[in-house]
Amino acid sequence: MSDVAARVKKIVIEHLGVDADKVVDNANFIEDLGADSLDTVELVMAFEEEFSVEIPDDAAETIVTVGDAVTFLEKATAA
Amino acid sequence: MARPKSRIWSGRGWSYLRLFVAVGAKAKAASAAFWSLFMFDLSGKTALVTGASGGLGQAIARGLHRRGAIVGLSGTRRAALDELAAELATNVHILPCDLADKAAVEALIPAAEAAMGGVDILVNNAGVTKDNLFMRMKDEEWESVLSVNLTAVFRLSRACLKGMLRKRYGRIIGISSVVGVTGNAGQGNYAASKAGMIGMFKSLAAEVASRSVTVNCVAPGFIESPMTDVLNEKQKSGILAQVPMGRLGTGAEVAAAVVYLASSEAAYVTGQTLHVNGGMAMI
Ligand SMILES: NC(=O)c1ccc[n+]([C@@H]2O[C@H](COP(=O)([O-])OP(=O)(O)OC[C@H]3O[C@@H](n4cnc5c(N)ncnc54)[C@H](OP(=O)(O)O)[C@@H]3O)[C@@H](O)[C@H]2O)c1
Repeated sequence: MSDVAARVKKIVIEHLGVDADKVVDNANFIEDLGADSLDTVELVMAFEEEFSVEIPDDAAETIVTVGDAVTFLEKATAA
Repeated sequence: MARPKSRIWSGRGWSYLRLFVAVGAKAKAASAAFWSLFMFDLSGKTALVTGASGGLGQAIARGLHRRGAIVGLSGTRRAALDELAAELATNVHILPCDLADKAAVEALIPAAEAAMGGVDILVNNAGVTKDNLFMRMKDEEWESVLSVNLTAVFRLSRACLKGMLRKRYGRIIGISSVVGVTGNAGQGNYAASKAGMIGMFKSLAAEVASRSVTVNCVAPGFIESPMTDVLNEKQKSGILAQVPMGRLGTGAEVAAAVVYLASSEAAYVTGQTLHVNGGMAMI
């Protein structure tokens, strides 16, 4: 697992209070991990803080699974 | 060696003095804890008040400041803000902003957060009227009232949410008006803006309740202000005939409602409108 993926998963586990084994790449925040829509906004805020990046609203809307977040942040931090 | 004659310099005098100083120091250290024994303590909380140059805004800023809050005063009339800041002396910041200017509105919350270290309490108090009969109302009269009274409130509230969600604490308060609920001839634009605030805040309250952020309105009736000061006796008695309490309200009475909603005691109150109107409308 990449460093980015590990940090993303840690945030998701902490914020949503879910078991680590549920936080897999294709886990959907709302459908699989029990997040409400405000949780998804807060997750994006937490990612922004952790990785010191800005995630614009239209990009944030495309981040619906753990894998989406990892892909986005890997790109954003590589740039 | 000759001892000083005055009694206070005698051995016993010194020990009284020492006791006095020691008690004073203790009292000072204990005073924060002491004051927090009272209800509605806001020590250490940061509060941004729009329209703090106006009648009600000044009273609200004073009320929050008296309970210990650090206050940010916003408005366009710099001199009036300076004057109030001088009166409050400490824990006060001046944050001028024209709420009709989108870019200025967007800069206000970041400026307040930078100055005060956050915005725990947002009081959307600024408001304007441009009264006219509905049939004669110009688009410009409609738009300018909606822009300051409603759109700016939307933008400011949206901007301070991030910090509040992160803290799991926040108080968003809007100064609506009795006419937002009852309507008033000649105030179609103003009443729409004040009713709009109530509906907007109920929706926001539902969104953020689970994060311990509360969102409420205070709806004043007729309150003493420069505007009501210029009314003649006949106009005044006409107004007072509608108020069971038979008098105008004061800014301090509106401020008390704001202080309550801002306090941690009001943590379970959200999506509400607190009417401060002397019984003028019982809703
Ligand atoms: N007084 C009452 O009887 C009564 C009753 C019900 C509701 N209310 C509501 O209470 C609130 C305060 O009223 P008030 O009686 O204190 O009136 P006020 O003395 O006229 O104060 C209005 C405040 O709004 C600010 N404001 C207006 N346009 C602005 C703009 N474009 N940008 C920034 N600030 C602006 C003014 O600041 P600057 O002058 O510095 O621009 C002023 O501080 C208003 O929302 C009003 O609708 C009042």
